[in-house]
Amino acid sequence: MVPRIARLRRKRRDGPQVWTLDLELEDRHASEAPRFAPGQFNMLTVFGVGEVPISVSGDPAAPDRLVHTIRSVGAVSSALTRLAPGAAIGFRGPFGTGWPMEETVARDVVIVAGGLGLAPLRPALYRLLADRLRYGRIVLLYGARSPEDILFRSELESWRRRLDIAIEVTVDHATSAWRGRVGVVPALVARADFDPLHAIALVCGPEVMMRFAVAALRDAGVADESIYLSMERNMKCAIAFCGHCQLGTVFVCREGPVFRHDRIRGLLALKEI
Amino acid sequence: MEGLERILREHPFFAGLGDASADLVCGCAKNVRFEAGQYLFREGEPADQFYLVRHGRVALELSAPGRGAITIQTLGEGDVVGLSWLIPPYRWTNDARAIDLVRAIAIDGACLRQKCEDDHDLGYEMMKRVVPILVERLQATRLQLLDVYGVRA
Amino acid sequence: MAAEAVVTLEGVQALLDGLRRNGYRTLGPTLRDQAIVYDDIATIDDLPRGWTDEQDGGRYRLLRRMDDALFGYAVGPHSWKKYLHPPLLRLWRAEHDDGGVRVVAEPDPTDKLAFIGVRSCEIHALAIQDRVFLEGAYVDPHYRARREGNFIVAVNCGQAGGTCFCVSMGTGPKAQSGFDLALTEIVDTSRHAFVVEVGSEAGRRMLGEIPHRSPTPDELDAADAVVTRTEGAMGRKMQADDVHELLLRNLEHGRWDDVAQRCLTCGNCTMVCPTCFCTTVEDSSDLAGRETSRTRRWDSCFTMDFSYIHGGSVRASTSSRYRQWMTHKLSTWFDQFGTSGCVGCGRCITWCPVGIDITEEVTAIRDSEPR
Repeated sequence: MVPRIARLRRKRRDGPQVWTLDLELEDRHASEAPRFAPGQFNMLTVFGVGEVPISVSGDPAAPDRLVHTIRSVGAVSSALTRLAPGAAIGFRGPFGTGWPMEETVARDVVIVAGGLGLAPLRPALYRLLADRLRYGRIVLLYGARSPEDILFRSELESWRRRLDIAIEVTVDHATSAWRGRVGVVPALVARADFDPLHAIALVCGPEVMMRFAVAALRDAGVADESIYLSMERNMKCAIAFCGHCQLGTVFVCREGPVFRHDRIRGLLALKEI
Repeated sequence: MEGLERILREHPFFAGLGDASADLVCGCAKNVRFEAGQYLFREGEPADQFYLVRHGRVALELSAPGRGAITIQTLGEGDVVGLSWLIPPYRWTNDARAIDLVRAIAIDGACLRQKCEDDHDLGYEMMKRVVPILVERLQATRLQLLDVYGVRA
Repeated sequence: MAAEAVVTLEGVQALLDGLRRNGYRTLGPTLRDQAIVYDDIATIDDLPRGWTDEQDGGRYRLLRRMDDALFGYAVGPHSWKKYLHPPLLRLWRAEHDDGGVRVVAEPDPTDKLAFIGVRSCEIHALAIQDRVFLEGAYVDPHYRARREGNFIVAVNCGQAGGTCFCVSMGTGPKAQSGFDLALTEIVDTSRHAFVVEVGSEAGRRMLGEIPHRSPTPDELDAADAVVTRTEGAMGRKMQADDVHELLLRNLEHGRWDDVAQRCLTCGNCTMVCPTCFCTTVEDSSDLAGRETSRTRRWDSCFTMDFSYIHGGSVRASTSSRYRQWMTHKLSTWFDQFGTSGCVGCGRCITWCPVGIDITEEVTAIRDSEPR
């Protein structure tokens, strides 16, 4: 429950109000770099302000660099994005279940991301692309609010130049200056090129967007057991003591944040659960 | 003409269309192309011609003073541009602009409408193809309205 | 474990003395603010001797007893969790200077705690919190430091409270395990004695340090009669065998809106509940910014803030918050920890300012379940 000390090494802007922070643990020894699985999260503290859960958005092959992508919305997240390089940040983690990376081997992988939901999926993409031959087709369907809100833009462009990953980006709102797609991300599923019977889908974004994305995936023929979602609830402690992140029968911090769809299907349809 | 009918029947909008209906539709169809920036149609014009996109992308736009042209949706290969030809008052309610070079089949909406009136089987066939697209676009619009990625104050 | 000894009032005093001599901080029921609450005790005169309580939905009154019983009442608003899982607890301090930041974990107290007068429902509540804080993937070091080495003196209830339903929940009124010593108080015109059961080696050693004698058959019968009488006098009952499934299949039952009309979302039920464990944390800083700290405090699922995620609360309506509390207590607790989260102590009924009754809510849902 006591945080370790990390230092902010680098910060870059990744959209309006969105920053990506690279941290490095102060007490790090080579042997105890905190290895993380794609989809896991850490608890970051701004001393004197508070603590928030933030997904890891960096490369799992480079665990020394603790990369987090943060939107400044609350007191703590705003304080985090205002910190200057060198600042001390409290660090606990990693926590939670990650994406089922072993399940993705030899299958088509469909990644559906909405908004900031691309951040916890980026480590999975790094992992997939680092060992590309182990997988079937890889499809990334990404929806953002507007062209200005697209995360990791230059990285998406460089991935787009690869021939071994299909990337479709769409935005909800745009002016005619935007030459890309306008429309909602679930609508991209029907036209995407993958084999629904052998595909696995990783979905992360606002809950409403995920509900529609899951419906589109099921319409396309992907089984419930092959759809994984990353859920969000209020997490205060990350170790199933504080009770805040309960979602029906589960603690999102303990059993999640990544869930197989058939395990939470009933809860997604319930209001205020 | 046979080439056009083949292209028509390969387009997702007409997938599985019967021979008799295909003949009727084909009589109202022709191949067209639009350069990038050209408009397929404009808001307020009579909806007398709609398009099945074969290649390229089209933006559906609305213009608002001070905000310029706002893209509501983009459509591409396999999509239909224009549904108002089947629904009174048969008038376009937005602009459709080619984002890049667009190849499409243009169908004379007034012609097909008349054939639907004369042959209700064909009319029902068209309704069955248009209504799901309308519903899908309505649902997408609702999701956009929610502004799910926005920050709530 | 069979009854093994009888002690007198002096024996109970000797027990307190013995525990204190062995380094225990002795805690037990006392009278304060017109209620029976847990606090430090040194002598049997600190106990609410000759007092009892009257409890009902939204109602709690102290009354004089006709006798001098030491434990002649049901549970009050406090539970032992306040000692093991403190309402307010600093977790750590961080010292900031030019050289950097040093985070220091808050040291835990080292005194051994002896709980005197623990009811069977409360022993079950301790076991339930043990599962939450000690038996999962993570251990709460603060709870562990306070819980380890506890000496538990149980009391088999001689009187059922007006809101008690431990019989329904299978948690009482007789303590079966989880104690070091268990007392059954026998008080009538001719005698005032305590039949003692030993539940652990520590209990046996302690019994050896205090004056005691073997029980007579008559005393054993009297002790059994005390428990039987209490069993038969439960103020409430709840059919608990299928409540896990009952609530899960009625998450959209109209009764949630009905109870929401009465519920004030004050959170009293969660504060008095001996198993509710939810907390939040607050960070603070001194004015110079040289020292910051994090404090953990009890939280309640009845607050709007509890389920807040950027921009709004997941559970904004009262009905959803009441549903969260009750389904967690009676249903999803099984999925999370393998037991019920309710021990039938009745505190949430007594201390609800509008008298909402969890047993009545279960019955209402059961009786009007859409088929």
